[in-house]
Amino acid sequence: MRPSITPAFVPGSVTRGAGALPRLWSGRAWAFIGIAALILCVIVPVGNLLVPPGSVFHVSDFTVTLAGKIMCYAIVALAMDLIWGYTGILSLGHGLFFALGGYAMGMYLMRSIGRDGVYQSTLPDFMVFLDWKAYPWYWSFTEHFWYAALLVVLVPGILAFVFGFFAFRSRIKGVYFSIITQALTYAFMLLFFRNDTGFGGNNGFTDFKRILGFPITAPGTRVVLFMITGLALIGFLCLGRAIVNSKLGRVLTAIRDAETRVMFSGYNPVYFKLFIWTLSAVICGIAGALYVPQVGIINPSEMSPANSIEIAIWTAVGGRGTLIGPVIGAAAVSLAKSFFTQALPEYWLYMLGLIFILVTLYLPRGIAGLWMGKRK
Amino acid sequence: MAGGDARARSRSISDGHVVNRAVVDTSHGAILYLESVSVSFDGFKALNDLTLTVDAGELRCVIGPNGAGKTTMMDVITGKTRPDAGTAFFGQSIDLTRLSEPAIADIGIGRKFQKPTVFTDHTVFENLELARKADKRVWPTLRARLDSAARDRIATILDTIKLTSHADRLAGMLSHGQKQWLEIGMLLMQEPQLLLLDEPVAGMTDDETMRSAELFQSLAGDYTLVVVEHDMDFVARIADRVTVLHEGHVLAEGSMQQVQQNEQVIEVFLGR
Repeated sequence: MRPSITPAFVPGSVTRGAGALPRLWSGRAWAFIGIAALILCVIVPVGNLLVPPGSVFHVSDFTVTLAGKIMCYAIVALAMDLIWGYTGILSLGHGLFFALGGYAMGMYLMRSIGRDGVYQSTLPDFMVFLDWKAYPWYWSFTEHFWYAALLVVLVPGILAFVFGFFAFRSRIKGVYFSIITQALTYAFMLLFFRNDTGFGGNNGFTDFKRILGFPITAPGTRVVLFMITGLALIGFLCLGRAIVNSKLGRVLTAIRDAETRVMFSGYNPVYFKLFIWTLSAVICGIAGALYVPQVGIINPSEMSPANSIEIAIWTAVGGRGTLIGPVIGAAAVSLAKSFFTQALPEYWLYMLGLIFILVTLYLPRGIAGLWMGKRK
Repeated sequence: MAGGDARARSRSISDGHVVNRAVVDTSHGAILYLESVSVSFDGFKALNDLTLTVDAGELRCVIGPNGAGKTTMMDVITGKTRPDAGTAFFGQSIDLTRLSEPAIADIGIGRKFQKPTVFTDHTVFENLELARKADKRVWPTLRARLDSAARDRIATILDTIKLTSHADRLAGMLSHGQKQWLEIGMLLMQEPQLLLLDEPVAGMTDDETMRSAELFQSLAGDYTLVVVEHDMDFVARIADRVTVLHEGHVLAEGSMQQVQQNEQVIEVFLGR
């Protein structure tokens, strides 16, 4: 037997998980993040608000709104990557959490309309239309922004926690879990379609006037929403990175690759899955809350199964288990969508299917795999 | 650290199963008691009134034809399968039939599967890090950092399983025999008292098999090992005592020589 080696020469100790605080990103990645933050907080606001529309450096309102929308999708794809890419649990119901966050914010925005609605009532138009005289109990306090913000986090969080607890404890896995999440979002969509649910039926919420007292369609408000969305994306990217780089992140990947071994190593996979599942749902809810004031509408179609499947496609196209990949995937697929739905609207779904098949066949690690592929 | 231990212990108490998780009561010499255990799947009796006692520090081999119940026995001990009847005790006081798989792993029973199961997308080093005995609840795991004691321990185990030079390779890239060794190393990282090894030398070269025999013999004494194996030469080389299972029941028990001369055993193994 060789004499026992000193720890400093253990190869694994040098690379990953070493030191008191492992570095979050490489220097180059930090530089990219810095540039992104600069674009978000300086270049776009200046280009949109200060540069006159005729100039080549002008950033149009359309671009700001589109980019803000896409960044919301990117946050959702990032949340999907944590649960699917890293933990191996495919959710086909993530659109539900996104929509619930959106509805929570929408309730506040509806109440901010005040008496400026069509019927000049303190109630939203759809309630007047239904001949309701007062807000139902679950609309209580939603006139306060802080309360709506709390709902944005708690409603998707608690729903995901309770659903996840029973699903994971019953050891529901793989395709069965995917199908149940799909059914869950479908059931909620049917519920929200009903007028007497109290969320505006199939029209949902729209015609928002202001947020925190600021006119919601004013360029300044839009740019601020855009900036907050961008900073949230960067923040969640860093949070996701910190999680997957931690020992907990390695346990999640281990659950994906060999769950029984994880169990026989003394970890209870139920709680690890529940943690990342709930976190993922909360992140989706926040993305939904940022989305609604920017696009100006939320309705039950956000809960349709097709939307949730699209989220999975963003993640797969960008590259599962890479964090940055799904962000790129969400952007690429959404841009392709807004192009094709204008140019060839009836062919978009075929295109989407084709993209998915091509990526699965030729880019199993997605777009991010193109440059990360060399590593392994 | 001390606070963490206290919390872990109070959790065990509140679970109502384990009073002191650090100490398995082996005052009567035995570490594992299976008594009249029966398990049936759709009428098929995988275990039929199985009674088996394993002494602390012994290296026990379990042999038997296919379907004799060897793997089911391990499933019962590790909480994967609940017995229809009978009891399974770890030491004098821990009732294994009432604990979950992670809890059983936590109190000191490590299990190696027939097919090597390692975390293929993690490096060898990370595999050992994850297996290491620690507070394995969510929050402590999120905040866990590798200290130098942990790194020393990993270095020692890497040396024991001869994978020091492969520490940074992905476990999925290892040969079959190396994966078997890595899995054994992961068990050792858990600091278990009882190791259950299901066909640990299957698919190993002669040289690797030989080194495994040396390893297991060096572990016996500090650990208790229960090895299920088909390779009779291997069993003959390492076993203190051999238990022969047949149709979910103990057919014979004793030294390899005694067992080999047992009439019933000869009948079951050769007389078909």
